[in-house]
Amino acid sequence: MDLLLRKTRNLENQIDEYLDLVVRGALFFKEGLRCYVKGNDEQFALHLREIDATESSADGLRRSIETKLYVDTLIPEYRGDVLGLLESSDRVLNRSAETLTQFGVERPDILEDLKPMFLDLTDASMSTVESMVSAVRAYFREPDQVRNYITKAMFYEKESDALGDRIKRTVFQKDIDLSRKIHMRYFAFHIETIADEAEDVCDRLAIATIKRSL
Amino acid sequence: MIHWLYISTGLFLGWSLGANHAVNVFGTAVVSRMVRFRTAALIGGVFVILGAVLSGAGTTRTLNTLGAVNALPGAFTVALSVGITVAWMTKLKLPVSTSQAVVGGIIGWNLFTGSPTDTFSLSKILSTWLIGPLLAAVFGFLLFRLFVTFLRGARLHILHIDAHTRTGLLVIGALASYMLGANNIANVMGMFVPASPFADFTLGGFLTVAGSHQLFFLGGVAIAIGILTYGERVMQTVGKDLYKITPLAGLVVVLAETLVLFLFTSESLESLFVKLGLPPFPLVPLSSTQVVIGAVIGVGVAKGGRGINYNVLGKIASGWVTAPVAAGLLAFVLLFFVQNVFEQQVVRLTSYAVSREVMEEVHARGVDTTHLSPLSGTRISGSATFRQNLERQKAWTEQDLFVIFSSAELDSLRVDSLTVAKTLDSTMISPGQRRALNSLHGRVFVHRWQLDRALEGCDAEWAIPTAPGYEQEAKRQRALRELLYGTFHVPR
Repeated sequence: MDLLLRKTRNLENQIDEYLDLVVRGALFFKEGLRCYVKGNDEQFALHLREIDATESSADGLRRSIETKLYVDTLIPEYRGDVLGLLESSDRVLNRSAETLTQFGVERPDILEDLKPMFLDLTDASMSTVESMVSAVRAYFREPDQVRNYITKAMFYEKESDALGDRIKRTVFQKDIDLSRKIHMRYFAFHIETIADEAEDVCDRLAIATIKRSL
Repeated sequence: MIHWLYISTGLFLGWSLGANHAVNVFGTAVVSRMVRFRTAALIGGVFVILGAVLSGAGTTRTLNTLGAVNALPGAFTVALSVGITVAWMTKLKLPVSTSQAVVGGIIGWNLFTGSPTDTFSLSKILSTWLIGPLLAAVFGFLLFRLFVTFLRGARLHILHIDAHTRTGLLVIGALASYMLGANNIANVMGMFVPASPFADFTLGGFLTVAGSHQLFFLGGVAIAIGILTYGERVMQTVGKDLYKITPLAGLVVVLAETLVLFLFTSESLESLFVKLGLPPFPLVPLSSTQVVIGAVIGVGVAKGGRGINYNVLGKIASGWVTAPVAAGLLAFVLLFFVQNVFEQQVVRLTSYAVSREVMEEVHARGVDTTHLSPLSGTRISGSATFRQNLERQKAWTEQDLFVIFSSAELDSLRVDSLTVAKTLDSTMISPGQRRALNSLHGRVFVHRWQLDRALEGCDAEWAIPTAPGYEQEAKRQRALRELLYGTFHVPR
């Protein structure tokens, strides 16, 4: 019995670690973008490396969890849901890492008055991710709390949609090259997409929670 | 050799039972993929055998409540009919109760041989077919609510719940398998105990293995093979239709089933309650199949009534009527063939005498003897002939016939207290009971009840207790009486 529970506890810890990595990814993204906007290239490069490392550790951990769930035929009833949740959470992390990498590669020139808006958008998007992770954690331990976190995540997602929309409208009213306008819109869209990916996880989670309800 | 042929029907019945009942024990675990079938079959098989051998001996009298199938070829035919019925119902994907089919089979034998059916016992058994599922539904409902409340408060990780549920399913499954073996070995092998071809042997110089235990071991193995060879198919068909429930609900179902079976069929628990001065649970012969269906309904209701497949339930309930009727009809037809084509004696030739004493005994047992007087002083051979003679006088109820038959049955008993001294030690009878036997030494009785009355007259300890809570003692006393009838019987 003890051996069985030890194995279970290990896996529980791995799932918690994995979700920690998704949150850390969000924090690196937030900090990385702040450094980029402020022109602190050295710190930006450091955060970029960290988010890449986080993403690859998360991939390894996710595969290990999935293998264990299958090999030991654990939670047969909910295995599909749990794997779906882990994989869609992984997409959120991947999207964050990819977007930050694009900042490093394409180095978009953000207008000074748009910088606070970009930072607000990033905050809203990352708050969506954090609430989503809290909701996923609740799914495993206290399913009746999932709804609260999903509501929060949805609120931040709407917020990021509105901020993204404001950035795009402001950009296209400026008297600058169309290519610059499109470039800034492209980055605003990508930050917004991270929140959209987190929203997808929440939608999936809402259904999985109904299934889990006793 | 012929004994082996007869026992083979018991083994066949054991196989059918294993195939049909595995679903009650591990159905929810296997269908919800919490436990692999191989693991379930291995644990189930081992515990069924253990239950049959270690706890099976006490229950062999179960079958005799309705009427005793008193000749081996008759027992063979009844077991065969029951086995075929259960196997057929399994094929039809209906989880049928073996005890129901056995009841049908015995009534078929009674009808064929003209023996009366003890309608009192029959009505008691029929009422348990209703009470069993009802009790299990209540238990299932309450347990499920309890589990949900506990889990909401405990905030356990989903993997933790999974590990506990899995362990619970295995442990309860093993316990339920043990009880399956202990409670059903009587249905499978009970009637062959008097004809056991096995001799007692001693293992390692100190452990004696009785012939009946070897027989029960064989029966247990047959049940285990039934689980292993056909159990999975029944689980995947019957189980998938019926148990589309979560592993946790599955655990509650098996737990409710095991608890109900334990609380309402365990004699040791009953005597413990009596010893502690607590009111005991009434003992009722419950069927695991009916109980498990009741538990599924209880859990379904606790979940708000969703997910109960009423069509499947209706089909199963109709099977509960079909099974005894089919087994009874089949037994009747097969008995006809065995008696007339294979020329085997399916009923022991019993003689009946209606004397003044018999009339008094019948009257004392609450039956009006006015219409029995024309037969006074007659002696009739064969149960069918005796029944015809009785029915010529009046249309008796089945219960009256049962009383008259058991009072008028002739035996030849000579009390031999010396033989008894050798076979019964102080753990089996009290000094008072032994004195009563000694005082009757050499007396001859022609009816069994006469011996009973004489013993009860000498010492009150020979009286069979009727108060609730003393079922185990009553059962022990009846078994002791059977032993005395066998010991004191002298061929006429």
